[in-house]
Amino acid sequence: MAKKIRSGAAVIIETIEQQDVSCVFGLPGGSAIPMFDALVDSSLKFILARHEQGATHMADGYARVSGKPGVVLVTSGPGATNTITGIMTAKMDSVPLVVICGQQTTDNLGLDAFQEADIFGISSPIVKHSYLIKNPQEIPRIMREAFYIATTGRPGPVVIDVPKNVSSAMIEPSFTEEFHLPGYKVPSTGDLAAIEEAARMLERAERPVILAGRGVVISGAEGALLHLAEKMQIPVTNTLLAKGAIPETHPLSLGMPGMHGTAYANMALNNCDLVMSVGSRWDDRIVGDARKFCVNAKKIHIDIDPSEIDKVIEVDCAIVGDAKLILEELIGYLTKGKTDPWLKQIARWKKLYPLRYKKEGKLKAEHVIKELYNLTGGNAIVSTDVGQHQMWAAQYYLVSNPRHWLTSGGAGTMGFGMPAAIGAQFAAPDKPVIAIVGDGGFQMTLPELATAAIHKLPIKILIINNKYLGMVRQWQNLFYENRLSGVDLEGSPNFVKLAESYGCKGFRIKRNADVRKVLTAALEYSDGPCIIDAEVEKETNVFPMIPAGAGLGDMILEAPKAKLAKPVGGA
Amino acid sequence: METAMPNIKKHTISLLVSNKPGVLIRIALVFARRGYNIDSLVVSESPDPAFSTMNIVATGDAQTLEQILKQLNKLVDVIHARDRTDEDIIQRELALIKVRCAPEVRTDILQIARAFDCDIMDLSEKSITLQVAGKTEKIDSVNKIFEPYGIIETMRTGKILMARGEEYTP
Repeated sequence: MAKKIRSGAAVIIETIEQQDVSCVFGLPGGSAIPMFDALVDSSLKFILARHEQGATHMADGYARVSGKPGVVLVTSGPGATNTITGIMTAKMDSVPLVVICGQQTTDNLGLDAFQEADIFGISSPIVKHSYLIKNPQEIPRIMREAFYIATTGRPGPVVIDVPKNVSSAMIEPSFTEEFHLPGYKVPSTGDLAAIEEAARMLERAERPVILAGRGVVISGAEGALLHLAEKMQIPVTNTLLAKGAIPETHPLSLGMPGMHGTAYANMALNNCDLVMSVGSRWDDRIVGDARKFCVNAKKIHIDIDPSEIDKVIEVDCAIVGDAKLILEELIGYLTKGKTDPWLKQIARWKKLYPLRYKKEGKLKAEHVIKELYNLTGGNAIVSTDVGQHQMWAAQYYLVSNPRHWLTSGGAGTMGFGMPAAIGAQFAAPDKPVIAIVGDGGFQMTLPELATAAIHKLPIKILIINNKYLGMVRQWQNLFYENRLSGVDLEGSPNFVKLAESYGCKGFRIKRNADVRKVLTAALEYSDGPCIIDAEVEKETNVFPMIPAGAGLGDMILEAPKAKLAKPVGGA
Repeated sequence: METAMPNIKKHTISLLVSNKPGVLIRIALVFARRGYNIDSLVVSESPDPAFSTMNIVATGDAQTLEQILKQLNKLVDVIHARDRTDEDIIQRELALIKVRCAPEVRTDILQIARAFDCDIMDLSEKSITLQVAGKTEKIDSVNKIFEPYGIIETMRTGKILMARGEEYTP
């Protein structure tokens, strides 16, 4: 590339183009105008969100589906602070984001100038790394470092704060200059001795379980995981974030474990003699009371992040590195499992304790989601919001392919689902994309419906509408004597008319008998987004359930008759 | 997490970090988030101006510290962080101690100062300012012995470390 003098902003846009991303999501403002000006001459597609949080979730959805970094471009002050929830969401779920914020001029920093916020400081606890560019000459290096850090190792969000005089400065960039990050280590292959030790443990195990986490999806280890599981005949439970890491229709799949996981996944964990986590961080929604977790089992932990080892669960064998490389290496040391009796036991549990719901009576969320699964053959990309519908979707929408399931797991961010679906559709224009949301979460980011509408994205937004903040109502119902407090979602709009007012299509499901017909019509509708308002029974609870902070053995399979003690765990 | 009785003690940590703005915030956040109090902190430029060395003394339990060290090492700007608490390493601290010193006690104070190898930095009609260097424990003793005379103020540098022999410290 011939060297020529151009604005810092132009160089920023140029470095994004070099990253093989097609879209930038954001919203402009005064101090970001130089960068938006540079976008005019760019091949990048800019997606104008209606709120910066929406833009950040869109970039997140784009990243989760494509495996490429999601890029966000916003202005200073409130523009930047509005991205915070999205950044935290990406951090908790290890999603590669690069968030570029405009900023006041450098001589105004720290003076409370108009729209000046210390986004570097505000975001520092929730980023993988961050930059405040003070010298325009540093732009090419910092931009390339940021993408490298965001996408390698355990991915995460990187914030770049760009003062307006820096983006306006004219520079002669050099893209060949090497960058050095002596404090940044990216583990790759695992320690061979540890891998051999893990192989010996797996060979000896009679009742092993693999706990597959999002690390499997990130490293593209699903093939290796399936190969290992089949070779050794080891059942696999996948975390909420790892739906699709193994086909959930596979005979060795146990579905999701934990608080609202399948009974058989939790029973398998509770009775196993070995558990191997691959790219999961033993989250408290899975482990519950860590002292009671898999007490009789040997534990193996494969993770690319050394700070996850022994953090929640002390393990017998830790392998730090890339899940795919480690599993491929590990397979070479393995011969044959001896798990027949164990698989028979699990088959009995699957038969005795399947996921189930009452089919009669009013419209059930579970029924709607199960029909949606049947009608799409499980092939859609599904994003969810957070709450009861998320757990029902996790239980009843089985996922067979990686990067087909988007949910805010670690952060539990309501409002994630619909904007994430928008980002997903931009990443995979030819795939059916469905956002399963609640009536609460949907309203947190609903202005993004306009973003979906103007781009005619054929996303389906299935609102599981129970007129409550349902998961909190469930806790209050089960543990707080049904003293409902702050959960009644009175005043929601007519979602069908709302859709129409955005120029979108609206459908409504009220009865069990309508489910298939309406969903079929909605799935066939392709002229832009549509909303399906499913008015489900208001007071259904999600089961099974393990109260927060309890052990896996304390699972509740159905609505209890007696009053339950308040959970000791958080959130 | 294990519920073993937390083994609270002072830990000495040495770090080599990038010499960039914002590094200190990131490091302080790791300690604060896990409830670890930083007792002292010394930062100085290393022979290569691209890096700084840090010595941190902090109080907390060993298990949490292990997690903190991992999280410190995870920071992009931290080249490495190590617990040097139980290592045989040169440890020094320097303090300035200003003691009330009326003429009638001056001889006593000077005698004590000599016994502890203190240097006299300033002497006024009613006060004396001493400089003392040594291990943390020595400085604590000096402080204590002057207490009855009335300490006006003490300023301590915090602990600095250096490995013995040719080893590079952080």
